[in-house]
Amino acid sequence: MDEVLSVRGLSKRYGQGCPACYELTGPRFETNLCPRCGSVVAAHDVSFSLYQGEILGIMGESGSGKSTAVKCLYFDEPPSAGSAEFFDQGEAYQLFDLNKAQQRRLANQRFGMVYQNPHLGLNFDISAGGNIAERLLMSNVDNYAKIRQRAISLLSRTEVLAERMDEMPRNFSGGMQQRVQIAKALATNPPLLFLDEVTTGLDLSVQAAILDLILEIQQQSRTSMIVVTHDLGVIRLLADRTLVMKYGRVIESGLTDQILEDPQHAYTQRLVASAL
Amino acid sequence: MKQQLVLSVEGYSKAFSLHEQGTVIPSAKDVSLQVYSASLTALVGPTGAGKSSILKGIYRTYLATSGQLFYTMQSGEQVDLVQADEHLILTLRRNEIGFVTQFLHFLPRQPTELVVAQPLIQRGRPVEEALAVARDMLAAMNLPRRLWSISPATFSGGEKQRVNLARGLVARPRLLLLDEPTASLDPITCERVIRQIEELKKEGVAMLAIFHQPELVKRIADRVVELEPPLNGQTQLEDIA
Repeated sequence: MDEVLSVRGLSKRYGQGCPACYELTGPRFETNLCPRCGSVVAAHDVSFSLYQGEILGIMGESGSGKSTAVKCLYFDEPPSAGSAEFFDQGEAYQLFDLNKAQQRRLANQRFGMVYQNPHLGLNFDISAGGNIAERLLMSNVDNYAKIRQRAISLLSRTEVLAERMDEMPRNFSGGMQQRVQIAKALATNPPLLFLDEVTTGLDLSVQAAILDLILEIQQQSRTSMIVVTHDLGVIRLLADRTLVMKYGRVIESGLTDQILEDPQHAYTQRLVASAL
Repeated sequence: MKQQLVLSVEGYSKAFSLHEQGTVIPSAKDVSLQVYSASLTALVGPTGAGKSSILKGIYRTYLATSGQLFYTMQSGEQVDLVQADEHLILTLRRNEIGFVTQFLHFLPRQPTELVVAQPLIQRGRPVEEALAVARDMLAAMNLPRRLWSISPATFSGGEKQRVNLARGLVARPRLLLLDEPTASLDPITCERVIRQIEELKKEGVAMLAIFHQPELVKRIADRVVELEPPLNGQTQLEDIA
């Protein structure tokens, strides 16, 4: 198996920061707010490896830092410390050492991102098809017929009716917007996909359909994925391995069935015990 | 066929530290056993002796509290399953180590035949081919044909167990862990399962199985390991901290 992503010591701090930030925050202090300088330690010392075709779950409640970690990797936020190496087509990229243009190229062509909030992932002022076209244009596909054909095939794969591709995303239901977002993320066949709470807030039946779609993509394309969620059911269904985060720290990691059946940390034990 | 050592469990113990309750629940205690190719090692003993904990420890669903689990891989290399990297464990689960648990875990909304074919598909077998093998095994397990194309979600306990066995058996692993494989089966299906186990033995598969029926153990086990329940009950977490 090939390694796709190697993250080491990733940290993200909001605020001016002081030498005590990392020492006085975390699960032990039950806060991620530094008592000295008031900075927020959103994530600290997050490390993991992701292999080809693997789905890694990052689980934790709101404010645990799980989304922050992914946002840093997708270049939405610059990290405060740490490194991330991405292995792709025989090349190795130190993600945080790249310049803006290089980062944009990777984000557009080799990564896919699906946000909980479709407003972040989609441009609501252009049609569903236009959203996909935009991403293809940014990765240098510029033949109109080709782009339209690809958009149709992506939307049909994610079960969005091709007849609706010229409609604005705002006319779509929440589940449909997520499907368009997934289609857009898949447009360039990226080897790495980030999924941030993609089923949160959707009806159960719609959640099920989206999760089935994600599994199907993983099986057909061997896409590596990082799935961020607070939902144990999503983790159980999708993830091979899982990191559990709390107050910005990874408190536990392991094979998903082990995390769910033999959790070691008091917090994970409580989390698993409180699952419906 | 020459029997080779596939798995050596050495001084394996498992205890659960429950933080909320502040207690430690002991399960398996200092267990040592060997599993050889082309043979079946039976685990017997009363409920609570930690039989399932050993199987789950080998599969890494549980983390060992102490001890070692030396597994000889297909490549001939030996690895301690307690320490091995998670990615290696995932690879071994896919290619070498199978586990038929008492409960069927399956993806929702998937037809039974696809659930059973899954291990083969994951190894890269073409879907149609994998489905054909799966159907043969479902027939061998005596599962009515009308159930093959629907999800096992609504199946009875016995039906689910047959699906579970079928999935474990199609995979043809090198090491197969079986947790009470015949517990809720009727006598006819039970016979068929035994025949399949004999077949696997001939193919060289190493098996570690939990059984409760002594007559079954007598019939198919090559080695028997008897576990005693841990003597001391639960202890307070702070006593050992």
